[in-house]
Amino acid sequence: MTENQEIQFPEHLLTEVGRIMAQFPEGKQKSALIRVLHLAQAHFGYLSTPVMDYVARLLHILPIEVYEVATFYSMYDTKPVGKVKLEVCRTGPCMIEGAEKLVSYIENKLGIKDGETTSDGIFTLKTVECLGACGYAPMLQAGEKFHEHLTEEKVDELIEMYRNKPVANYMGLDNNG
Amino acid sequence: MARKLLLEHAHVDGINTYDVYRKNGGYRSVEKALKSMSPEDVVEEVKKSGLRGRGGAGFPTGMKWSFIAKPEGVPRHLLCNADESEPGTFKDRYLMEKIPHLLIEGMIVSSYALGCNSSYIYIRGEYMYVLQILEKAIAEAYANGWLGKNIQGSGYDLDLYVSPGAGAYICGEETALIESLEGKRGNPRMKPPFPAVQGLWARPTVVNNVETIAAVVPIVNDGGDAYAAIGIGKSTGTKLISASGNINKPGVYEIELGVSVEEFIYSDQYCGGIKNGKRIKACVPGGSSVPILPHFLITKTAAGESRLMTYESLADGGFATGSMLGSGGFIVYDEDQCIVRNTWNFSRFYHHESCGQCSPCREGTGWMEKVLHRLEYGHGKMQDIDLLWDIQRQIEGNTICPLGDAAAWPVAAAIRHFREEFEWHVNEPKRCLESNYGLVKEKTFEPVNA
Repeated sequence: MTENQEIQFPEHLLTEVGRIMAQFPEGKQKSALIRVLHLAQAHFGYLSTPVMDYVARLLHILPIEVYEVATFYSMYDTKPVGKVKLEVCRTGPCMIEGAEKLVSYIENKLGIKDGETTSDGIFTLKTVECLGACGYAPMLQAGEKFHEHLTEEKVDELIEMYRNKPVANYMGLDNNG
Repeated sequence: MARKLLLEHAHVDGINTYDVYRKNGGYRSVEKALKSMSPEDVVEEVKKSGLRGRGGAGFPTGMKWSFIAKPEGVPRHLLCNADESEPGTFKDRYLMEKIPHLLIEGMIVSSYALGCNSSYIYIRGEYMYVLQILEKAIAEAYANGWLGKNIQGSGYDLDLYVSPGAGAYICGEETALIESLEGKRGNPRMKPPFPAVQGLWARPTVVNNVETIAAVVPIVNDGGDAYAAIGIGKSTGTKLISASGNINKPGVYEIELGVSVEEFIYSDQYCGGIKNGKRIKACVPGGSSVPILPHFLITKTAAGESRLMTYESLADGGFATGSMLGSGGFIVYDEDQCIVRNTWNFSRFYHHESCGQCSPCREGTGWMEKVLHRLEYGHGKMQDIDLLWDIQRQIEGNTICPLGDAAAWPVAAAIRHFREEFEWHVNEPKRCLESNYGLVKEKTFEPVNA
């Protein structure tokens, strides 16, 4: 997203925002915030201040109400990230099954550290806390997809796959920005 | 073969679709409740069933329901807690992914019992693909007249929505969940007022776990007494257990409460024993926050009785020699696992997930993580072990919500049962750094299943 690009959802996403807002009673549209922020992040790439201000206008709430939520939840990015976030679970059962080795393997393969983005802007590596896949460890999430029972070979395949087709489809909507 | 009430049809082809679910007896409980039962009758059956909250606390569901305030003209809400994030727990995802209609059916019949006309499923943001599965199933339920106005001609109206979180363990705490559903940061609320009086948008609200709500379906279908006939004492019915760690068959199992821990770990029907022929070292039976049990207290209680998969038996001996059934996140550790490292890992989790509202938790979880990190990485001092003990004691019971307790318990239990291993990390730091896994073999270690 460039600075001068106008911040505006396309029509089909505005319809989706309307559908989400209609799930809550009159005057309680703030409840739509968390989901609309997911949508905004998927469409605009990350939650910049102008994007958050836009969401505040859409929901008729104050910008600060958006900022405080965007900075509380770990899934939101308020800084630019790669097109594909590889989020590796590092908690308890995943650690037992080798999550730490897996993270080092990805770090070496992509030449980045935890939290960094590859220079081509495709991958961001992030370690995250329990994703609820403990029985299928080790695992990572890419976009909304869970990849489980990982091995180094499987990681190679995944990286190849996502390099060719970076994840853009999110929440079942074509929202590639 | 154990009876299955929730996952009986989980492997039927296409059970995630309305047609197949319906053909396998789906939505019968809604038919029965709307046609022949008053909302009070449904509550009564749930009370009779002895069903207890399956999210971890184990509070009797019927009693929780009976607390809901019913002021004239104020809408009430049922919220389903699908914010599954207790490390070791992955049963709700399994249930929602495989049989989404079971949760929807449970939501309808439970909402009817509570007199709610709009209900929400709050699902953790990382389960976004499951949210889509649920929304698809909800659309099918609307199309077939199970949701919306005048359901099946009964005059009862219900709208059901799914709303995501965005990555915060704390939102599994019911008042934090409510805050989050209102579009705010997930800071737990002071109680009272309790959600049953002032919950979502200050309206009377009940929050129940996915599995709890799903269990209402068989309870209404077959009656509370039939449900209560399964299990032992106050642990009635079936429970989903998420099994992970060093076992041969990790996965989600539906057990009849009362199965022995020994059978659960070693029988082929469940975990299938310890992987690679190793010996069991420890077990966390109910999700990361419950006390870890050393090998000699897993299959037997301190009194030498067979330990059972029930709320009471797993808690036998209190925190001195027992643990909790919790969420059923059953993590097994073999002889090669390092308790200090595991405790540090869990502390890092709780530090990361503390909402920051209460000082003992915000600061204390960070201190515990740091002290455990230096012990694990060979810079610890002997007094660090007592320091850790002090910190966890200062957190427990001194916070608004139970996250503080959840952070304190695993540390306390690890020191209580594995103090020697912490001391080893101080005395032999180099050897632990070389290999965590070498450590355990140096210790006297009596296997339980030799």
